[in-house]
Amino acid sequence: MPNMRLTKNPMPSQDPTVRNANFEEVALGYTEEMALDEAQRCLNCKQKFCVSGCPVRIDIPAFIHETAQGNFEAAYQIISLSSSLPAVCGRVCPQESQCEGQCIRGKKGEPVAIGRLERFVADRHNSAEHAEVSVPEKNGHKVAVIGSGPSGLTCAGDLARKGYEVTIFEALHLPGGVLVYGIPEFRLPKAIVQREIEGLKALGVKVETNVVIGRTLMIDELMEEMGFEAVFIGSGAGLPKFMNIPGENLKGVYSANEFLTRINLMKAYRPDASTPIQHGRSVAVVGGGNVAMDAARCAKRMGADVTVVYRRTEKELPARREEVEHAMEEGIRFLFLTNPVAIESNEQGWVSGIRVQKMELGEPDASGRRRPVPVEGSEEDLPMDCVIMALGTSPNPLIKSTTEGLATQRWGGIIVEEETGKTSREGVYAGGDAVTGAATVILAMGAGKTAAAAIDAKLSGNA
Amino acid sequence: MNSLNRILEKRELNPTVTMMKVDAPLIARKAEPGQFIILRADADGERIPLTVADYDREAGTVTIIFQIVGASTFTLNRLNEGDMIHDFVGPLGRPTEIEGLRKVAVVGGGVGCAIAYPVAKKLHEQGAVVHSVTGFRSKDLVILEDEFARVSDKVCKMSDDGSWGEKGLVTDALRELIESGEQYDEVITIGPLIMMKFVCALTKQYGIKTVASMNPIMIDGTGMCGGCRLTVGGVTKFACVDGPDFDGHEIDFDEAMARGRMYADFERHAYDEACNLLKEAK
Repeated sequence: MPNMRLTKNPMPSQDPTVRNANFEEVALGYTEEMALDEAQRCLNCKQKFCVSGCPVRIDIPAFIHETAQGNFEAAYQIISLSSSLPAVCGRVCPQESQCEGQCIRGKKGEPVAIGRLERFVADRHNSAEHAEVSVPEKNGHKVAVIGSGPSGLTCAGDLARKGYEVTIFEALHLPGGVLVYGIPEFRLPKAIVQREIEGLKALGVKVETNVVIGRTLMIDELMEEMGFEAVFIGSGAGLPKFMNIPGENLKGVYSANEFLTRINLMKAYRPDASTPIQHGRSVAVVGGGNVAMDAARCAKRMGADVTVVYRRTEKELPARREEVEHAMEEGIRFLFLTNPVAIESNEQGWVSGIRVQKMELGEPDASGRRRPVPVEGSEEDLPMDCVIMALGTSPNPLIKSTTEGLATQRWGGIIVEEETGKTSREGVYAGGDAVTGAATVILAMGAGKTAAAAIDAKLSGNA
Repeated sequence: MNSLNRILEKRELNPTVTMMKVDAPLIARKAEPGQFIILRADADGERIPLTVADYDREAGTVTIIFQIVGASTFTLNRLNEGDMIHDFVGPLGRPTEIEGLRKVAVVGGGVGCAIAYPVAKKLHEQGAVVHSVTGFRSKDLVILEDEFARVSDKVCKMSDDGSWGEKGLVTDALRELIESGEQYDEVITIGPLIMMKFVCALTKQYGIKTVASMNPIMIDGTGMCGGCRLTVGGVTKFACVDGPDFDGHEIDFDEAMARGRMYADFERHAYDEACNLLKEAK
């Protein structure tokens, strides 16, 4: 008999007033008891709506069924068939708009906590000792993967498991991409990312850090001189966007990318770090996505009084629901229907405040969301000493400008055939933010997976 | 592939400026004057951008010249010949555009001369007339004197205190050259921001196209963090992918100077700590 309770097992978490001053993981994970109980809420529907909501098509009812039986390793193996990064996705996927958004149980009450179960199963697997992974027999084909973020890791993992000789080229000194420089420790511990990467290395994947494709090496060289038969571009999001309002280059104004990179990649929150960061007292974060939430919660942990400034309403916030709730619990203030029009400074050129304008929602725009329009005469000044702009990114120009014949959208995203990830260049595939613009980890993983399948079909002669 | 980064040669050019020749064949294959590398001296180090001072494609080496200004460069300077630099990535940024230039004044100040030199050398190699104007605070701080002499058709040496060459600023020498009738296709200037600001102000009066090489604070250096942004012609540009060279008459130097000092207090403190640690270690 399934467990018909209408609510999910709540996620045990650090107390908000404690965690908003440390960088340790917020969500502590289910106990075995909770996982067994939650797994029994799944109806194991014949029509698997949840699976259709998952970009990498994990057989969700099957893994939950095994979990409910206490067969946690079997559950893990089911997830592994579709996802190379279960411990990551269980933590950072926007389940409410994907698998859980489709769950029948959600029609009346809360959906099954699929993400929390995925995390439990992955953590359980990772905490146990496992026999050495057997390295698949090499098939003699070489593939290069550019970027070691979610799309690159997924593509590399899928190909390595099929026997391809895969080399990942990473521009930074550490692999992991946005999982390392972007998503903070308290949401995704870096040890987990490291473990996933070690897992790929055990499969025979080579990781070359400090290589910038488009500068150190070109795609043409990879293919013509170094013997790579296919290349997957997963170079991720690019340059941060700004608002083009006065004062954006003052001291104390950061892009969220810079702020988060200083904290996550360079560990600037630690007292002994060699990379500096400004310790703002009152920080405004402009934007409403996951990156804005991450930046706000980092700033809070550094001791600041933090305000998120968003031009639409709470309902339109693009961030994952749990992140918004966590941010609110941690004492972060939200100013909705508010938009900065200028950043002000003191005599030393440091930020002293922002001038904001009230907004109201007008007619729907191209995205279908109601367009925010300014309310005349509603300007006010808010004292701030630091401003973080979290407005998205535009694609990195490096690969595009150094790879002849690689077609891109007018805004810079690489154009691909959706079913295969094929670009306009023979043997070159792409996926993730480099194609879509800023999106989610799981969508990038889905794209890496698609491209891996297409590369395999091509190189093994089945396409 | 990229695990070399061994220091093959280290030389003190003056008490605060060091030259290192690093084994980095991939970077040496691609490097061009005006481009930079980013390095981390050790596993916990800061990412430091440094302009390529020279390269040897056959030998596979890249030369960097740096001034010991803070804790990170202090740590870097403690590495010796045979040691490995933990991370060394590049070449980053766009090369200086010198194609087609026939007569150029290259104006370098202080350790900026280390960056100006490969530009002057490449110009000389393509047959351009090169007038180099180099400035230092005093004689003890002079670097690359012979190197500049070898690639320049005319050399103006300036020092703040008159202990080397003429007493005065690089702008004094440049004005004199222009006033004496020298006609330049372009002026290329590399050095402290304040110096470049005044060089650009001067050449603007004479309507001579001027390119300045900017070295702002940056982290990744590949077009991700946005920390290196500056205003050029009223538009936000990123030094790592759009530069580091920009039209000197369009750069907002005052803003760049303010941004460059953002972490001055932190750096002074970190430097003192690094020095104290060293004292304790002794």
